[in-house]
Amino acid sequence: MNAATELARRHRWRWWEALPWIAALAAFFVFPTYLAFGTQVLITILFALSLDLVLGYAGIVTLGHAAFFGAGAYTVGMLAAHWGWNEPISGLVAAAFVAGAIGLASGLVLLRTHGLALLMLTLCTMALLEQAANMGAAWTGGFDGMPGLSFSRILGLFSFDVLYFRSQYLYTLAVLFLCFVLVRMLVYSSFGQSLTGVRENLLRMHAVGAPVRTRQVLAYTVSAALAGVAGALFTQSNTYVNLAVLGLERSAGVMIVLILGGYGRLYGAFVGAIAYMVLEHSLAKAYPTAWQLGLGLTLVLVALYARNGVIGILVSLRRRFAGTAR
Amino acid sequence: MNTKLTQLSAALFLTAFAAVALAQTVKVGVVLPYTGGGAEFAQQVDRGIQTFMKHNPKAFGPYKIEIVKRDSKNPSGAEAKTAVQELIVQEKVDILTGFIYSGDAIASASLFTEAKRPAVIMNAGTAWITNLSPMIARVSFSMWHAGHAMGEAAAKNVKAKTAVVGYSDFPPGKDSLDAFKRGFEASGGKVIDEIPMGGPGQVPDFTPFFQRAKDKKPDVFFVFVPAGDHALAVLKTYGALGMRAAGIKLIGPGDITQDIKLQAMGDNAVGLITIHHYNADLDNAQNKRFVEAWKQDFGPNTTPDFMGVQGYDGMAAIAHVVTTLKGKIDADAAINALRGWKYDSPRGPISIDPRTRDIVMNEYLSEVVKSGGRLVQKNIATLTAVKDMCKELGEGRCKQ
Repeated sequence: MNAATELARRHRWRWWEALPWIAALAAFFVFPTYLAFGTQVLITILFALSLDLVLGYAGIVTLGHAAFFGAGAYTVGMLAAHWGWNEPISGLVAAAFVAGAIGLASGLVLLRTHGLALLMLTLCTMALLEQAANMGAAWTGGFDGMPGLSFSRILGLFSFDVLYFRSQYLYTLAVLFLCFVLVRMLVYSSFGQSLTGVRENLLRMHAVGAPVRTRQVLAYTVSAALAGVAGALFTQSNTYVNLAVLGLERSAGVMIVLILGGYGRLYGAFVGAIAYMVLEHSLAKAYPTAWQLGLGLTLVLVALYARNGVIGILVSLRRRFAGTAR
Repeated sequence: MNTKLTQLSAALFLTAFAAVALAQTVKVGVVLPYTGGGAEFAQQVDRGIQTFMKHNPKAFGPYKIEIVKRDSKNPSGAEAKTAVQELIVQEKVDILTGFIYSGDAIASASLFTEAKRPAVIMNAGTAWITNLSPMIARVSFSMWHAGHAMGEAAAKNVKAKTAVVGYSDFPPGKDSLDAFKRGFEASGGKVIDEIPMGGPGQVPDFTPFFQRAKDKKPDVFFVFVPAGDHALAVLKTYGALGMRAAGIKLIGPGDITQDIKLQAMGDNAVGLITIHHYNADLDNAQNKRFVEAWKQDFGPNTTPDFMGVQGYDGMAAIAHVVTTLKGKIDADAAINALRGWKYDSPRGPISIDPRTRDIVMNEYLSEVVKSGGRLVQKNIATLTAVKDMCKELGEGRCKQ
């Protein structure tokens, strides 16, 4: 197959793309007591996927992505606590709108800047939201959060499973799948191509007359909305939300996940979230006080020897294998 | 036939033996933030647990205790909830305990109720936590214990008529403000200003807040800030502005004179008046034994603080449950066993209020003095059998 046909066909679904979803469904049956953790992993995948759209594809470096996660998380929390709006799916839509609106408004201002200034401003947006949530404790519950949230049945059929998280897991998986299809469509569209162009060579994109900033803002908004959905799923599955959804720890954490998996690669979010969280979870179980050492060493090794993340390792292995087979 | 019978009886015997062995081991899940910002707190509570287990080997009777530890990491509540969920469905623990951050206990409350597992809260101080689940009993404190008692003591013991309150702007700070105000004004005092002083994250410059307090010329300045660096900065600012010379006494809950931080505070801390349910200098036989055992196990330069004693008392409560129920933990029976439980703790006599499942304990009004080259907390007055006044008065969410 020559390079041109490969390029033309690269948006087509390939057989191995079914594997992650089969694995996720298999996990539901194989690990029935791990579904609370599994739900957290799926939510992190969605959050990392939303970051991949801006960081990996549009090349916008942000440390404030938790702002949108938090906006979504608080949207469903506050709707349920204050207005009794506890229908989960319309809650997700509302969260996407609120987070997207914040993304659009802040993106219009932030994306006039680049580099360190942009990094600082994204951080500031998040800090502003965090402080707003703290000061509006009557509405948000502040540091103590909103206890005792409840959500009605998913599609009117499946009630939230307090103890085993079965319905939360499948529900999150379904939402993740839909969001993934959307992101996949976006990055293989001409819009996605122009984003990659902006990332690779900003000046040239300006020179060819591409509407650079509009596209960046659009990508930022879509990404914010997806992060908002991830945050909403977080609140719904935990039936609890507090200020920690808006911290730097969450922003930086998701960035580590994405870099570990490999950014700008769609599946990097999956590999990164699973590798990071499973490693963290099993180390923390075995050594509750010292697990960070093991995790830190692993990350150092990845940073030193696998700049393109776990997916990068797989790709170079495949190349090497293909090279010797020829 | 004979061999079959032997096999059968052997199998029966083994099953019976296994059942006895199972009944005699009680699994306790401990959820604490062993890493991150809360690691120091977790260490205190964990050492409290260890001290009780090591020095009271007979407290559990013939029953074996198996401790399963889980890290609750950050205070988002989600990590703690996942840890609790796995402790219940994977490890099948009988009792849950730990919980430093209020959010961790709040997020996990629905699991305690759903899975019917008794939970002994060893720290989490938001007053209304015990209302969230009938499975919760608390051996630590609520912010109202010290806050309300300090209000009363400021009027009666310190003889103050007016007070200014400065607080870190997050729930424990606001609870402290409300509690102090209720206690102080019910005893005839008046709060003339309330100053929010930044958040719990970074240490702010306290000078403008303290200047504002000084200008109001109150008899006492009640301050709630998180233990540690905030408290150090408070004392420094208090000294720098010459507020003591201006006749304004600095008072607060014992979080600002946490034992493990006290010696680092230096002479600025002398004269500071605080109220709390525990300090390592308490003069009673139980506490002498406790502090001595602690120093012996963890080094002469270590000291327990209020979180250490909460871990210790939490294990004492669990030991009471285990022996009362003869090693077979039934959730309702466990909570009933805890209702009205009395114990002679290093912090003095404590009990669990049968109605609210919250702790009843003494509050000690003390002044920091210098003695033998180190800072010591000298007892001024003891308020006995203090309840969580938030629930007694039915304030806000504390209404049941």
